[in-house]
Amino acid sequence: MSTATAPAPTTARKPATMAQALNRALRDAMAEDPAVHVLGEDVGALGGVFRITDGLTKEFGETRCTDTPLAEAGILGAAVGMAMYGLRPVVEMQFDAFAYPSFEQLISHVAKMRNRTRGALPLPITIRVPYGGGIGGVEHHSDSSEAYYLHTPGLHVVTPATVGDAYGLLRAAIASDDPVVFLEPKRLYWSKDDWNADEPAAVEPIGRAVVRRPGRSATLITYGPSLPVCLEAAEAAKEEGWDLEVLDLRSLVPFDDETVAAAVRRTGRAVVVHESAGFGGAGAEIAARVTERCFHHLEAPVLRVAGFDIPYPPPMLERHHLPSVDRILDAVGRLQWEAR
Amino acid sequence: MTVMDQKPAPGHRHGGPQRPPIDATPLLPETEPFRLLGTPDAAKIDPALLTELYGQLVRGRRYNRQATALTRQGRLAVYPSSTGQEACEVAAAMALRPQDWLFPSYRDTLAVIARGVDPVEALTLLRGDWHTGYDPREHHVAPLSTPLATQLPHAVGLAHAARLQGDDVVALAMVGDGGTSEGDFHEALNFAAVWNAPVVFLVQNNGFAISVPLDKQSAAPSLAHKAVGYGMPGRLVDGNDAPAVHQVLTEAVERARSGGGPTLVEAVTYRMEAHTNADDATRYREDAEVEAWREHDPITLLERELNGRGLLDDTTRQAAEEAAEKMAADLRERMNAEPLLDPMDLFAHVYAEQTPQLREQAAMLRAELDAEHDGGQTDHTEHAGAGS
Repeated sequence: MSTATAPAPTTARKPATMAQALNRALRDAMAEDPAVHVLGEDVGALGGVFRITDGLTKEFGETRCTDTPLAEAGILGAAVGMAMYGLRPVVEMQFDAFAYPSFEQLISHVAKMRNRTRGALPLPITIRVPYGGGIGGVEHHSDSSEAYYLHTPGLHVVTPATVGDAYGLLRAAIASDDPVVFLEPKRLYWSKDDWNADEPAAVEPIGRAVVRRPGRSATLITYGPSLPVCLEAAEAAKEEGWDLEVLDLRSLVPFDDETVAAAVRRTGRAVVVHESAGFGGAGAEIAARVTERCFHHLEAPVLRVAGFDIPYPPPMLERHHLPSVDRILDAVGRLQWEAR
Repeated sequence: MTVMDQKPAPGHRHGGPQRPPIDATPLLPETEPFRLLGTPDAAKIDPALLTELYGQLVRGRRYNRQATALTRQGRLAVYPSSTGQEACEVAAAMALRPQDWLFPSYRDTLAVIARGVDPVEALTLLRGDWHTGYDPREHHVAPLSTPLATQLPHAVGLAHAARLQGDDVVALAMVGDGGTSEGDFHEALNFAAVWNAPVVFLVQNNGFAISVPLDKQSAAPSLAHKAVGYGMPGRLVDGNDAPAVHQVLTEAVERARSGGGPTLVEAVTYRMEAHTNADDATRYREDAEVEAWREHDPITLLERELNGRGLLDDTTRQAAEEAAEKMAADLRERMNAEPLLDPMDLFAHVYAEQTPQLREQAAMLRAELDAEHDGGQTDHTEHAGAGS
């Protein structure tokens, strides 16, 4: 996958997985700053169920990478206290749906502490959440929970779609003085990309979208797990004569209105693509924002390709739920081309 | 790392099919609430401590009365009084050293001011001009927590972090009897015990969670007994016996400080007033019950001891009352001044750096304020709105 932000190719570039890049980001952050502490379930000897924390306990000791009791509210609540004392906790929630017990801590304290104390107690906490489907997971292992987070003022909500961004955004999240919900698309954990592991860089500031594929016909606006599907759709669209632009948001909060609006003004047509349920989802917000800003440039209503408004399906049926190349192309086909 | 070393109780580890016998008796709380006042041990209490406690209780009672009066005058949006619970409130603050941290619940403003926070700043939340009126770092007092028991994991995390850094800091977290039913109470105690964190949990069992009595809240022999399930000692103390609460909390703080780990203290007390000024306690409890507790009032109990030892002459009593009146007069006067509000503060501390969206919204509010200030009407046709 090509990345617009990746450094220029050098001989040091070699294939790496997103999981390796995330692991490297944690290791580099911990080596650079003794205040960075990783905590969560099975993050120690096991290295996390996805191996993102592999080797950290061995390298930094169990006080820096700590297996906690199995209690998500306790993990996040303890992280709040640790951050109050000047540490920079990185919390791992084992799966999207397993993060829900921590919601009260997240919404009532993590998101609000800076505000309630007029800036006296900022909480530099990174909450890593593996999210999304497409991995054949059974019930409660495939939720796309981003809408719950992005509706909560005080949180940043970030999600990488490439190997380089996985490293760069995680470094930026850990360095941020605000709480960041860092959503890791678990079906991309094993995606590979040529990546310069010798000179990895943080992606800063958080909140900038990036054009992954330039195009003139219409803009696909997406993030995280749906980026590869959109890029595939853009390739397939060439056969239909459409030259699709693909925009990777990378950050849902802050939202990059400027880049998104500029893209849609160029193409005049937009489809938002995400896995999570469409009703009240990120796509609804994005479509509204695009319409408010680009109304006179639009040739057609902004459309959404999203998961159905159903509980996440069992693994043998999930392919019918997830946005597909065909479903994206169908939406592009409905962008009122005949009116032109 | 040694700091993570735990002291597993016998049988704590899974360790295979053969387990040694388990003895939980060292963790068990008292079978009766621990008391000092009215017992032979009362004679051993330092007179200076007794008079200090007395001064604090009198001041605390006056503070509760004044804050309740401020709700009637519309100066406070709401006030959850700790009348009857002053012994727990002041003892919690007095048991801590300057470097320690207090994690209060919404009913604990008295403990907050006893720790040194300005009474007006402590009441900011309840006046409603901001959420937390004091800088938590100044007196090491966390924000008053409204969501029940959610501050307890914070206390554990802070104490744990301090211990990891080799700092001598203890966290004391306050919660009510109702709060012990919350999941965060369980998770906090479990984390504290597993991490051997220097934390003291003080449960003020005042009999009611708003209207629901304790027997509908818990079937445990006592709330202090819950400690055993987490592997920490439980202590049961008469929450209206100020020197007893002070002694139990001081011992728990010392235990935490010296690496002994957390303690759960249940102080049995009674909420003499309604849940808040907006509540009607006559719907769920009898006056006779309240009257019975009046006989066991923390100030009355302490006065009896002070009188018995000849420590409460007119001068001492007068000095305590005058100090309390002075505090109340100052509080009244300063709370009667209109708070200075800057609506732009709404956007000032949401993030370290404002997002573009918040900058737009702040500009919108600024324009509205400017129009208000000029006394003119907003020109809606020129309103840029969010779409600019």
